[in-house]
Amino acid sequence: MTGGHTPPGRGPESDATAVARDRPLPARLAQAGVDRRAFLRFCAGVTATLALPPRYAPQVAAALAQVTRPVVVWLEFQDCAGDTEAFLRSRNPSTSDLILSLISLDYHETLMAAAGAAAEKARDDAVAGGGHILIVEGSVPTGIRGSCTIGGRAADDILRSCARGAAGIINVGTCSAFGGIPAARPNPTGAVRVEDVVSGVPVVNLSGCPVNADNLTATIVHYLTFGALPPTDGFGRPLFAYGERIHDTCPRRGHFDAGQFATEWGDEGHRNGWCLYRMGCKGPSTFHNCPSVRYNDSTSWPIAAGHGCVGCAEPAFWDTMSPFYDRLPHVQTASLDLTADRIGAAVVVGTAVGYALHGVGKIVQHRVGAARDARAAQVAGASSGQDAGGSAESSQDG
Amino acid sequence: MARLVIDPVTRIEGHLRVEVQVDGDRVAQAYASSTMWRGIETILRGRDPRDAWLFAQRICGVCTTVHALASVRAVEDAIGAVPPLNARLLRQLIAAAQYVQDHVVHFYHLQALDWIDPTAALAADPRRTASLAQSISDYPRSTAALFASVQSRLKAFLASGNIGPFTNGYWGHPAYRLSPELNLMAFSHYLDALEFQREYIRVHALLGGKNPHPQTYLVGGMASPLDPNSQDAINDNTLQELAQRLQAGLDFVHQVYLPDLYAIAGGYREWTGYGGGLRSYLVFGDYSLSPPVTGRPPSDGLFPSGVIRAGGLTVEPFDPAGIAESVAHSWFSYQDGDGAGTLPPWEGQTTPDYTGPEPPFDQLDVAGKYSWLKAPRYQGIAVEVGPLARMLVGYAARDTRIRPLVQAALDRLAVEPAALMSTLGRILARGLETQLMAQYSLELLGRLRDNVAAGDLAIADTARWDPASWPAGQARGVGFHEAPRGSLSHWVVIEDRRVRNYQAVVPSTWNASPRDGEGNPGAYEAALVGTPLADPQRPLEILRTLHSFDPCMACAAHLYDADGRDIVEVRVQ
Repeated sequence: MTGGHTPPGRGPESDATAVARDRPLPARLAQAGVDRRAFLRFCAGVTATLALPPRYAPQVAAALAQVTRPVVVWLEFQDCAGDTEAFLRSRNPSTSDLILSLISLDYHETLMAAAGAAAEKARDDAVAGGGHILIVEGSVPTGIRGSCTIGGRAADDILRSCARGAAGIINVGTCSAFGGIPAARPNPTGAVRVEDVVSGVPVVNLSGCPVNADNLTATIVHYLTFGALPPTDGFGRPLFAYGERIHDTCPRRGHFDAGQFATEWGDEGHRNGWCLYRMGCKGPSTFHNCPSVRYNDSTSWPIAAGHGCVGCAEPAFWDTMSPFYDRLPHVQTASLDLTADRIGAAVVVGTAVGYALHGVGKIVQHRVGAARDARAAQVAGASSGQDAGGSAESSQDG
Repeated sequence: MARLVIDPVTRIEGHLRVEVQVDGDRVAQAYASSTMWRGIETILRGRDPRDAWLFAQRICGVCTTVHALASVRAVEDAIGAVPPLNARLLRQLIAAAQYVQDHVVHFYHLQALDWIDPTAALAADPRRTASLAQSISDYPRSTAALFASVQSRLKAFLASGNIGPFTNGYWGHPAYRLSPELNLMAFSHYLDALEFQREYIRVHALLGGKNPHPQTYLVGGMASPLDPNSQDAINDNTLQELAQRLQAGLDFVHQVYLPDLYAIAGGYREWTGYGGGLRSYLVFGDYSLSPPVTGRPPSDGLFPSGVIRAGGLTVEPFDPAGIAESVAHSWFSYQDGDGAGTLPPWEGQTTPDYTGPEPPFDQLDVAGKYSWLKAPRYQGIAVEVGPLARMLVGYAARDTRIRPLVQAALDRLAVEPAALMSTLGRILARGLETQLMAQYSLELLGRLRDNVAAGDLAIADTARWDPASWPAGQARGVGFHEAPRGSLSHWVVIEDRRVRNYQAVVPSTWNASPRDGEGNPGAYEAALVGTPLADPQRPLEILRTLHSFDPCMACAAHLYDADGRDIVEVRVQ
């Protein structure tokens, strides 16, 4: 910064504040009015989000007590700032504690005071030394490079220079993780995910539209605690947040198993929290911890509010999960959850294979739209209700 | 004359670049460029119209919900679905909460740092700060001990050397003029507002599962069931929690936002003389509980509809047929030529035609196409939309709620209505309508409670859910909404039950538009003309006027000479 505040003096308080950067987190939080008990409660909460047993909480606390604030650079490209807004809703620690005590958020266009070249200098200085955490929101256009420029530089150019020397990249939201809505058919700007532009730096993809702020906080804390980004699935998504299928952890699962479905908006089943599968819910094909972590201080999540899941944490969901109100193909409600489970497993395998072979945007294994067209033929030609399950099994075997 | 480029313009949503021509210590000409495009309107083509709101909502995560609402209204208009009263109440509740949330976040986190200097707060006396705070508000968090603690935290933070988002701010700039105590109070409320907005927006999670991007809209209604006797629906507990949160919103607006607004405005009264710009205003009108009218916004809403031309205080009726868009200076092409022609939204075309310089570049060719925004015009003229337009139209139309609200503010500042047509007036108008919406949200909740108590649990027009029930062939629809940033409209053409054309004409397109085929500037461009610059290398004053519109895009600063050659890179620190 360019000054304006009084330089630290020599009194006991000033001595303490002058080295604030290197003081342990609990001391910094104490100054912010967060006492030891609240700090430990935070560690327990994060430990739970990370799906670690409670006995790890002291380890998290001990590790956090040692860390200094890492430099964080947050880039926005083809984005809607929805992940930024999600970040603003962080709790435990709150956004102000995050910004003032846990990380050094040196570049974030939506929040930073500086503009123009002063902002660009803040970014360039922050990444010059390396070792920073890079958070990316939004996809990167490679077809029309002029469709995302900042300070006259194209998004891919900025991304490459900021990724150089980074300790890791955290992609927040489905756009930076998988291309997201800009990459949806027909992808007018040639938008791609971050991993299609940079390599050689550890990456985690916190998909979701938007990212769940609790998962972002937990990922940062995991990095600070264990010195590495958390273990991930085949799509680079941390297992602690994307390891389980929504359908398997959904509080409405009992209604699915019992054959109790909402069939019309506002009907008795809908009002009584019955399963939303027939209203188009994509929970059986989606891996995310929404049911347990929920959103906005655990207030709610879409299914709890009465609308089906749209699969927003999955690659290419805008194309593969839509039409959003059509039922998932092949989930045979007559044979109930056995078939649904098979399908779920098949979707994972099938999606992974499709992803590896064709990249984002070309996944067809669970395309809902294709299913709409095929349904009539399927009904007419199927020799039994198990045909769909059979095809799922073969996908799984393959 | 020197040319100044600011890119990225920060503390906004999205990507905005501004190039200005500086004459002495004043801005002589300004050009606004949106530097990012995704093509969501193109992506919507061919999709199920019932899915459109989910796509459209992703136009913006800051003004989340507003595009969802305009989208479902457009499709309903096309297919003849009528959302029941409960759905209309739930939608308006979400929208009213969005105003309070969005305007508070804008005031404190996107704009306040243009007017307050946290580094100046270190010299404040916490006891005098407490006296100041207590003299203007009964907000309980106004003790000397609290301000001393905030000051100590701020001091430690600034001394750490790693000051994160405050790095390279224009601290110490001569245009910062508030007392240390006022700076300390405002910074303390910057932190309080971060906590407030997180808590408050749980209203959206209660009604729609999450925020941003609540997932609860439906073509024809809402997906949140109402049932006082169910644990899995909006029930009496939910209504009670909503009432508490909405009341907390009203309290924060009364105790913190408005007192701060008047205190800060008192230090910068000369800003009623800058930033007026076009002085023509457009309001579609919104927030009526009557059933929707085909093809038109409501005429009996909380915000009256109307048009003000050229600084007058008389209101003309709004005619939806008056809207058309030019691409003369936009990176799009029209099939029959881009020149002076405009297209109404239903006939609108979205064909990208990037003719800007290959990045990296230093300047745009403002004589040609220079922005990813089209230039919407109303009956051929450029207009401003947003809080100021709404308060002026309500005032001029002698609306029984808006007129007294605005008059009280004018009396308090001892200024004439024309003073509102300014940078400061825009900021003031936003505060006034936040107060109005915070009150209105509680009224809506009362209506919802009464309606549910009377046994009406309907949330959707299920008769129009199945596309087989829709009109055959082609159907056109428009959805109007007064969003926090201004007048929003979505225009859809449906053919064979799929989206054939989709056009969104959004508030920041009206306000941030480039020049049209006649060379008329957009609202930002006009408002920046005449802005004083105490230090052109640190163009704080430009940010003040830009932020007064609450831009929904993102921008950088370089200097080059009058004719655009021999670019001199000036490090704006």
